[in-house]
Amino acid sequence: MAPPADPRVPLEASRLTALFGRRAVVKDVSVTFPVRTVTAVIGPSGCGKSTFLRCLNRMHELSEGGWVTGKVLLDGHDIYEPDVDAVRLRRRIGMVFQRPTPFPTMSIYDNVAAGLRVNGRRNRSELDDVVERSLRHAALWDEVKDRLRTSALSLSGGQQQRLCVARALAPEPEVLLLDEPTASLDPAGTQRIEELCHELKTRYTIVIVTHNLQQAARVSDYTGFFYLGELVEIGRTEALFTKPAKEQTEAYITGRFG
Amino acid sequence: MSARRLRRRMVSGLMTGLVAALSFTAVLALVLIVGHLIAKGASSLDGNFFTKNPVPAGESGGGVANAIVGTGIVVGLAGLLGLPVGIGTGLYLAEYGSGRLGWIVRFVADVLNGTPSIVVGIFAWTWLVKPMGHFSALAGSVALAVLMVPMIARTTEEMVRLVPHSLREAALALGYPRWRTSLRIVARTALAGIVTGCLVGVARVAGETAPLLFTALGNLNYSTHINHPMQTLSLQIYTYATGPFEDWHRLAWAAALVLMGLVLMLALAARWAIRQRHGAAR
Repeated sequence: MAPPADPRVPLEASRLTALFGRRAVVKDVSVTFPVRTVTAVIGPSGCGKSTFLRCLNRMHELSEGGWVTGKVLLDGHDIYEPDVDAVRLRRRIGMVFQRPTPFPTMSIYDNVAAGLRVNGRRNRSELDDVVERSLRHAALWDEVKDRLRTSALSLSGGQQQRLCVARALAPEPEVLLLDEPTASLDPAGTQRIEELCHELKTRYTIVIVTHNLQQAARVSDYTGFFYLGELVEIGRTEALFTKPAKEQTEAYITGRFG
Repeated sequence: MSARRLRRRMVSGLMTGLVAALSFTAVLALVLIVGHLIAKGASSLDGNFFTKNPVPAGESGGGVANAIVGTGIVVGLAGLLGLPVGIGTGLYLAEYGSGRLGWIVRFVADVLNGTPSIVVGIFAWTWLVKPMGHFSALAGSVALAVLMVPMIARTTEEMVRLVPHSLREAALALGYPRWRTSLRIVARTALAGIVTGCLVGVARVAGETAPLLFTALGNLNYSTHINHPMQTLSLQIYTYATGPFEDWHRLAWAAALVLMGLVLMLALAARWAIRQRHGAAR
């Protein structure tokens, strides 16, 4: 494989527009996500930030009437090229959702191994290794190592969410997309996930959508502000929160609307 | 106590009493049926009843072993034919049936669901018994399967629809192809519900008589050939209850009790499966 043009830019959206039928909910967004950084996406409800995130692993097109124009480049290749297999692509980009979504019929172990098994990797000792490593990375190993065979539903909400992180990490994705991962968690669970972001960015490129401005300030290196489907402003997190360039951004982060 | 409060209490008491009386009436029907069956049939339930075949008319003794085995074969074969088609149709409707074809399939299933079972029997007779030239257990099974499919399809669809959309998305985001998401994640999560639907469907057709009258026909002898006429409990009840002999009536009551018990057991199994499902879903 040819080396990517710029190794510091593994993920990039270029003039990306996402639509439901004829209604555009993300409008002409161009942005780059530098490797091994956390980028937070903030904005009021319905501003298109979740839809934007779902375009990055081609989940948006699975929604009824969902389609996109523009490009999303992963390692320099457009993931919307016709010859790209969306199913295989999603194995390279992990995603964690708002609510914990462990597979209820599977054990803790099987949940983490699911992404590998679907990829045809069934070697027992290899799976054991990956499951342990993924659970360690998700800071869950010590809590579940003695009950890997029990149902994933026996875990608390916060543990379930970390299990979902472990499940997303197991196939060793290049990018991790987090869609309001702490929306349904208590403060302790939220803190664990945020700490996790700091640890994981040493290995992954992370994009996190959040409603919580303090969270964006705590976990991210870059922050982008979405409003009415447009990317109003993106920059280093400290800069955006202390000296926003656009008036709309300032109005939002100071709580004047949204 | 103020008059208003008194009035409120009286109305409340009256209504509670009324509802309780109505519920009692509904339960009473079942209690009467089961009680009557036990009273009339239980005394005939002995070893002979379960192990012996019918004896020639007029002689006393004999059992309905052929009908018990026949019910097992005819209903079992119907399940073998009907369950995969029904479950498959239900999965299709829930996962891919949002378009025009789905609407048509759903409509056909609903019409078929409301079709009197004797009509289905007539069709099985026209398409299977007549061309084959003879009655057969197989034709009876096909008729029962046709009755089963729309029921199973619609319950499966409902159960699969109950699986949260977020679970589907989680699997797809993990790189599951859509068909594997449907089978491995969605159908597995809905499994207990689907099993329940299947048990209820089987229980319902197990008691059917009309579609078997001119397909499986009935057989006073023991037979396990699915290509030949076969006795089932429901047919046995029909034959014996309408026959002229006292001994036949006695056996008909006992057969009815056994059939009722069978259906009750399937219903209990379905209940148990539901409990398992709720246990699993937190």
